[in-house]
Amino acid sequence: MVDTSVVLSGITLDNPVIPASGTFGFGQEIKEYYDINVLGTFVFKGTTREPRFGNPTPRIAECACGMLNAVGLQNPGVHHVIEHELPELATFFHKPVIANVNGFSIDEYTQVASLLDQQPQIGWLEINVSCPNVHGGGMAFGTSPENAAAVTRALKAVTKKPVYIKLSPNVTDIVAIAKACEAAGADGLSLINTLLGMRIDLKTRKPVLANRTGGLSGPAIFPVALRMVYQVAQAVRIPVIGMGGVSCAEDVIEMMLAGATAVQVGAANLVNPFACKEIIDDLPRMMERYGIQSLQQIIGGAWK
Amino acid sequence: MRMTVTQNAPLNLSVYRMSLSGDTRALARPGQFVQVQLPGFYLRRPLSLYDWTPAQDGSLMLVYKTVGHGTDAMSQMPAGTELDLLVGLGNGFDMAEAENVRLSKAPLLIGGGVGTPPLYGLAKRLLAAGKTPMAVLGFKCENEIILKQEFEALGIQTLVATADGSACVRGFATDAAEALAGTFDYVYACGPDPMLKAAYRLMERLGVDGQFSLEERMGCGFGACMGCSVMTRFGSRRVCKDGPVFSREELAW
Repeated sequence: MVDTSVVLSGITLDNPVIPASGTFGFGQEIKEYYDINVLGTFVFKGTTREPRFGNPTPRIAECACGMLNAVGLQNPGVHHVIEHELPELATFFHKPVIANVNGFSIDEYTQVASLLDQQPQIGWLEINVSCPNVHGGGMAFGTSPENAAAVTRALKAVTKKPVYIKLSPNVTDIVAIAKACEAAGADGLSLINTLLGMRIDLKTRKPVLANRTGGLSGPAIFPVALRMVYQVAQAVRIPVIGMGGVSCAEDVIEMMLAGATAVQVGAANLVNPFACKEIIDDLPRMMERYGIQSLQQIIGGAWK
Repeated sequence: MRMTVTQNAPLNLSVYRMSLSGDTRALARPGQFVQVQLPGFYLRRPLSLYDWTPAQDGSLMLVYKTVGHGTDAMSQMPAGTELDLLVGLGNGFDMAEAENVRLSKAPLLIGGGVGTPPLYGLAKRLLAAGKTPMAVLGFKCENEIILKQEFEALGIQTLVATADGSACVRGFATDAAEALAGTFDYVYACGPDPMLKAAYRLMERLGVDGQFSLEERMGCGFGACMGCSVMTRFGSRRVCKDGPVFSREELAW
């Protein structure tokens, strides 16, 4: 019997597979396809203080080996999440879940985070300082070490749960930002968010996305994500959750060899609602194929 | 869900009809759609349902237009090709609602372009429910007309309009619908956005209720990604999961 469990900031996950924020809603839709308690856990939809409709449509475009999205943080707002989504989630998901916290100011980040910090269902707080699809917030906090550290410090002052900062790949030196977050007290890091991209429609000669640009995800970005996880995980002492184009059990193992303690799966869920279940089902077979007894033991195995 | 292509033939220069066999028990209503995975393309293609037979070894038919590389590739698939589909997506047309209005005359189906196929499956089921639907179908020009014979073969009154007047009545589907004012008291509409909005305004003038099938670029097709949101009178809704069919009172047009 192989051991797929990993420990993430003191909480044991049955396996390292975690659907990424924005690809899994609050669990309602995918639970129609399988029992989502097979997951390590999942990250729920990015939450802001006020409800947000998000960007105009089209919000989705396709490209070779991936997709672009410019949803723009559509969500029902933190109060609705606490009053409706979390109680509903408790009826069918029985593991600690990861909250995804968003804001347009440090005040908003701390208000949303401190409200979610009080919810017993939530095990970790993932702080999105890297959304490429909103203006005046999101990525602005994640593209300089100083801003990322300032958000981290403010959040650590008002929360008790482990705080993971979700980093943007749209920067010149992700390691410097990762180190700044660690120094400011972050308990862990999630990387990478989507890469900023665009498509143009040849018939209309206009950008396909109403927002003009969007975040690239899917297998196209896996090597970029893997490289960043490899660089960051070696440069910090806090755990890293790796993500970006992960689509199969081999990708999960590869991400962990690069230094990830757990692995998020994003775009793959949108193409195949069974993606995470299939990856989890396939993990033991792939571990045996590559002579792995325990996944926890292979974290950073490629560094040596 | 694996399904096998049994037929795939053109209806005109750019519109094809594909039949597939497989488990169709998830399909419950006309107006629902499927998400087709095409080899070599990342996202699935959402395609509306033309008709289906619900069974474990059932069948379904899709009528689709070639609009890019994905649907081009699809149009070249021979019988025997295996495809992966998500079936039974979306809410579909609500036929109970039509029954509630105790139709004294007949429901009118207003279709435009490749928005006409789901109205065929609906027409069959309205007939089976004892209604006598009429159809007005609008196309850009004579070359783009599809499904006229199929609707006529159901024995329902079918009016075709072409925007350039190259065949049948000159004008839009909604112009043809207006000419029928007084003979229908409920509308089911599917087509491009301007047609839907014109139908909406016509229905307002005539005091007629109905349902609209919306189209939007989708990511997942099952409600997870928030890629296809539309603002309604009652807040944000997902075209893929809460729609694609919306009632007149939901739409803030």
